[in-house]
Amino acid sequence: MGLIYALVAAGLSLIFGLMDVVNFAHGELLMLAMFAVFVLRGVSGADPLLLMPVVALLLFGAGMAIYRGLIARALSVQFNRGMVQIFVTFGLAIFLRGAAQFAFGGEFKSVTGHWLADRSVNLAGVFLPLPQLAAGVVCLLAFAALLAVSRTEFGRALEATREDREAVALIGIDRDRIFALGWALGCATVGIAGAMLAGFYYVNPNVGTSFALIAYVTVALGGFGSMLGALVAGILIGEVEAVTAALFEPAWKQIGVFGIYLVVLMVRPRGLFGKL
Amino acid sequence: MLRIEGLSAAYRGLKALQGVSMEVRKGEIVAVVGANGAGKSTLLKSIAGQVATEGEIVFDGASLRRVAAHDIARRGVCLVPEGRRLFPRLSVEDNLRLGAYARRGEANRFKPLDFVFTLFPRLKERLGQRAETLSGGEQQMLAIGRALMTQPRLLMLDEPSQGIMPRLVDDILAAITRIRDTGVTVLLVEQRLAEALEISDRAYVLQTGRVVMSGAAADIAADSAVRQAYLGL
Repeated sequence: MGLIYALVAAGLSLIFGLMDVVNFAHGELLMLAMFAVFVLRGVSGADPLLLMPVVALLLFGAGMAIYRGLIARALSVQFNRGMVQIFVTFGLAIFLRGAAQFAFGGEFKSVTGHWLADRSVNLAGVFLPLPQLAAGVVCLLAFAALLAVSRTEFGRALEATREDREAVALIGIDRDRIFALGWALGCATVGIAGAMLAGFYYVNPNVGTSFALIAYVTVALGGFGSMLGALVAGILIGEVEAVTAALFEPAWKQIGVFGIYLVVLMVRPRGLFGKL
Repeated sequence: MLRIEGLSAAYRGLKALQGVSMEVRKGEIVAVVGANGAGKSTLLKSIAGQVATEGEIVFDGASLRRVAAHDIARRGVCLVPEGRRLFPRLSVEDNLRLGAYARRGEANRFKPLDFVFTLFPRLKERLGQRAETLSGGEQQMLAIGRALMTQPRLLMLDEPSQGIMPRLVDDILAAITRIRDTGVTVLLVEQRLAEALEISDRAYVLQTGRVVMSGAAADIAADSAVRQAYLGL
């Protein structure tokens, strides 16, 4: 689970690091990806693992559309820009949740009968469920892909835009295009996480809320804008959650997570690997 | 090459430019001089599309009004701003290569690198270093180098000697002349009046946002009355 948290947080961190916009609809985008798997599997019968690239592409497009349709406009306002950005993404979250409720109803759904369902591997006496294991591997691959992107020329342009969004225009870089691609990449990342999560987790219009909450903690712990921080913090939070659930009641599992969050805020507000 | 007519601009609530008209011809070095607050930097920012303006700016026959800043750079007008605006955490090499980012897909887009290294051999020695670790002079070289990577036809330099050790100022000014010799037109804003006028063909004197004098750089440099009246020297 920690790697899923990490990947959800990576998308959030990428968008925040690039343009200082906290995406309050990030959890709902995860929910959207999970419903996309649910619907596409119903229509095509394809396995969630095969649907993952399709969902990632869909979310990539959604990210681009959200930036062009909403965020770019919010960034262009002259006054109270910070508040406008908050309300735009918050409003988007409410809209997406409501739309999902309207389209699919409020009951819990699950993606069943796929290749990996109910299968596990025995690793030295420890039985690991295959859907979770596959999700972990895919998340690690997604992180490797993000790292690879950061080393490309486009990755350098992203970093440059992050450092000085005005100066990039002086050398002919279209800041708006970089922002749109950053959003698209951040949304595709959460799309991958959602597609893998749908293989073993319930699907519901409210499913994104708790993941988004943990993603904010993960980003704060790892450091705003740091991909490595998101990875390390995600794994750490997954472990803390598991240990807390094992030591106490499963219902208490988030107590450890938010305990860590409070400690980080007090001791190291910029997080473990924060640059900002 | 560049024609400006009746250009007005307000910057941070103040009227920084008021009806400025000027012309820059191909292959020239044109200096814009004036006391602090005369509107020199605003003029360059206006041409680069970074400040809202009224009036007309025409580059190579096409209006630059309502053209986005990045498109102006792509058309061949590149500004090296005051303060350089490098990407401090990126390496020297990344900063330079990003200058050619907008020309992705074009063959030979990194060709200007050779000229940049000929002009500023120090940059070649510091390719892997972060931009923020360079000295002031080296940062200015990098800023000019990055601008040259965009393959500009008009290079605008805002206070290139600012914050640089005196012995490096001559290097930078010599580099500007060499850049012009390759066919790049230069519009130069510089506080070091004597040096700026020495390497320029023509000059415009700005005072409180208006052009109060223009002519051959040598004539303005020689006119002590002008220097006293408008430049505070």
